Amino acid sequence: MNDIRPMIEVRGAQKFFGPLEVLKGIDFSVARGQIVAVIGPSGSGKSTLLRSLNHLETLDGGEVWLDGVKVNQTLGRRAFERHINGVRQQMGMVFQHFNLFPHLSVSENITIAPIRLKGMARAEARALALKMLDKVGLADKIDAVPARLSGGQKQRVAIARALAMQPKVMLFDEATSALDPELVDEVNLVMKQLAGEHMTMVIVTHEMRFAAEVADRVIFMADGAVVEEGSPAELFRNPKQERTRSFLKKFLNG
Amino acid sequence: MQGLDFSIVPEYWPLIGKGLWWTVVISATSAVLSVVAGIGFALLVLYAPPVLRYPVRAFMWLFMGTPLLLQLFLIYFGLVQVGIDIPALWSGIIGLSLHFAVYNADIFRAGIASLDKGQTEAARSLGFGAWRTRVYILVPQALRNTVPAIGNMMIALLKESSIVSMIGIAELVHSAQLVISETYRPFEFYLTAAALYYVLNLVLEAILRGIERKVELSR
Ligand SMILES: Nc1ncnc2c1ncn2[C@@H]1O[C@H](COP(=O)(O)OP(=O)(O)OP(=O)(O)O)[C@@H](O)[C@H]1O
Ligand SMILES: [Mg+2]
Repeated sequence: MNDIRPMIEVRGAQKFFGPLEVLKGIDFSVARGQIVAVIGPSGSGKSTLLRSLNHLETLDGGEVWLDGVKVNQTLGRRAFERHINGVRQQMGMVFQHFNLFPHLSVSENITIAPIRLKGMARAEARALALKMLDKVGLADKIDAVPARLSGGQKQRVAIARALAMQPKVMLFDEATSALDPELVDEVNLVMKQLAGEHMTMVIVTHEMRFAAEVADRVIFMADGAVVEEGSPAELFRNPKQERTRSFLKKFLNG
Repeated sequence: MQGLDFSIVPEYWPLIGKGLWWTVVISATSAVLSVVAGIGFALLVLYAPPVLRYPVRAFMWLFMGTPLLLQLFLIYFGLVQVGIDIPALWSGIIGLSLHFAVYNADIFRAGIASLDKGQTEAARSLGFGAWRTRVYILVPQALRNTVPAIGNMMIALLKESSIVSMIGIAELVHSAQLVISETYRPFEFYLTAAALYYVLNLVLEAILRGIERKVELSR
């Protein structure tokens, strides 16, 4: 890791929904191979921030950079569409509700993007799908349809689908909050395994224990601003801000 | 009063059979065209720039608000006046196709609009552009979800196809009329035609059920 340029850099991110200022000038960066967890109360803007990284949300102010390339640059409509599709191919995203494509088999869910967007040959794409499924422990489900999978399996396929584009970064938006409690661990395990492979990750989560285990750095957001950030040890054991303390206390007391 | 006598039906089978054949050809062709055009109209209404979108909407509205018979007359008799001479068979197929395309388009449009926003977001996050998202992710799902509704339209199309007899196409009803004018046996031959429509309907329904089952299996 001798490249010191951050993988993700956000400067002064600002976002309004109507009159509501949801992101109030956020700065943060993620180093290559770093794992950042974003925590904070509901409505604090975590999802909006994550979604602005790959431009699913358009910022009203500020900049997002991916590996030295400005994500939200000003271009003509067509040129921007090309640019952003290229950027998104380098950023995998995992959603709370999986969003698998129900009309495609598990293998097709994973191969459709490499085939259609990268022009990969079918046989090669299938081999890739098998490899990715193996990574998430679902090689035997390659020909299943999504409807026959459990929630945890669906989310692991969604992760495999994102990984098949060989992204530089993985973004997770509460990947386990829609799951039955007994299915949470299998997904967390896959995320930990990715952490072990030094995948750069931004993880929005409500699971403090998981954040503490997997993250190199934790960002606490409230009301559209970063209140405090630090290593899990600092932030969870020794929060400096009153706001962080009360959030963690409420959270730990259920 | 004449007694009923079905024994004369076989004698006229060649004519009736030809009419049946044309009903099948016209219905099948129009069915395929109406589905393809329906998808096209739906995409235009949803995604085309306003200069295209509004004319298409107006056209759809016009076709929904007027009788099929009038549309056929307009295409076959009316267009000649402005120098567009379309043979009867194609006038019939075009009229039926457009008429049902408009209804299909409305079904597809609703089918696409009802898909979860997460489908679009997942596709976009993988790097699919707006049109590729529609082509590879949204349209196939809308097609699957609308199989039953489109199937009902196709059953209606099969029956409505008899209207093309009014512009002189020798489909089933028209053939029956020809035979009747010769034999003065309306009851026997209209009943024969009705029975044949019924059989066609059974076949169509079996095909539709097959498609629905295939779609269900992969859910
Ligand atoms: N599309 C939208 N239109 C209008 N307001 C929105 C939209 N999306 C989010 N918001 C508002 O923006 C604020 C931040 O939302 P966001 O989803 O980013 O919060 P969050 O931190 O992810 O919350 P949660 O923990 O509940 O997921 C909330 O007040 C929300 O109601
Ligand atoms: Mg959220």
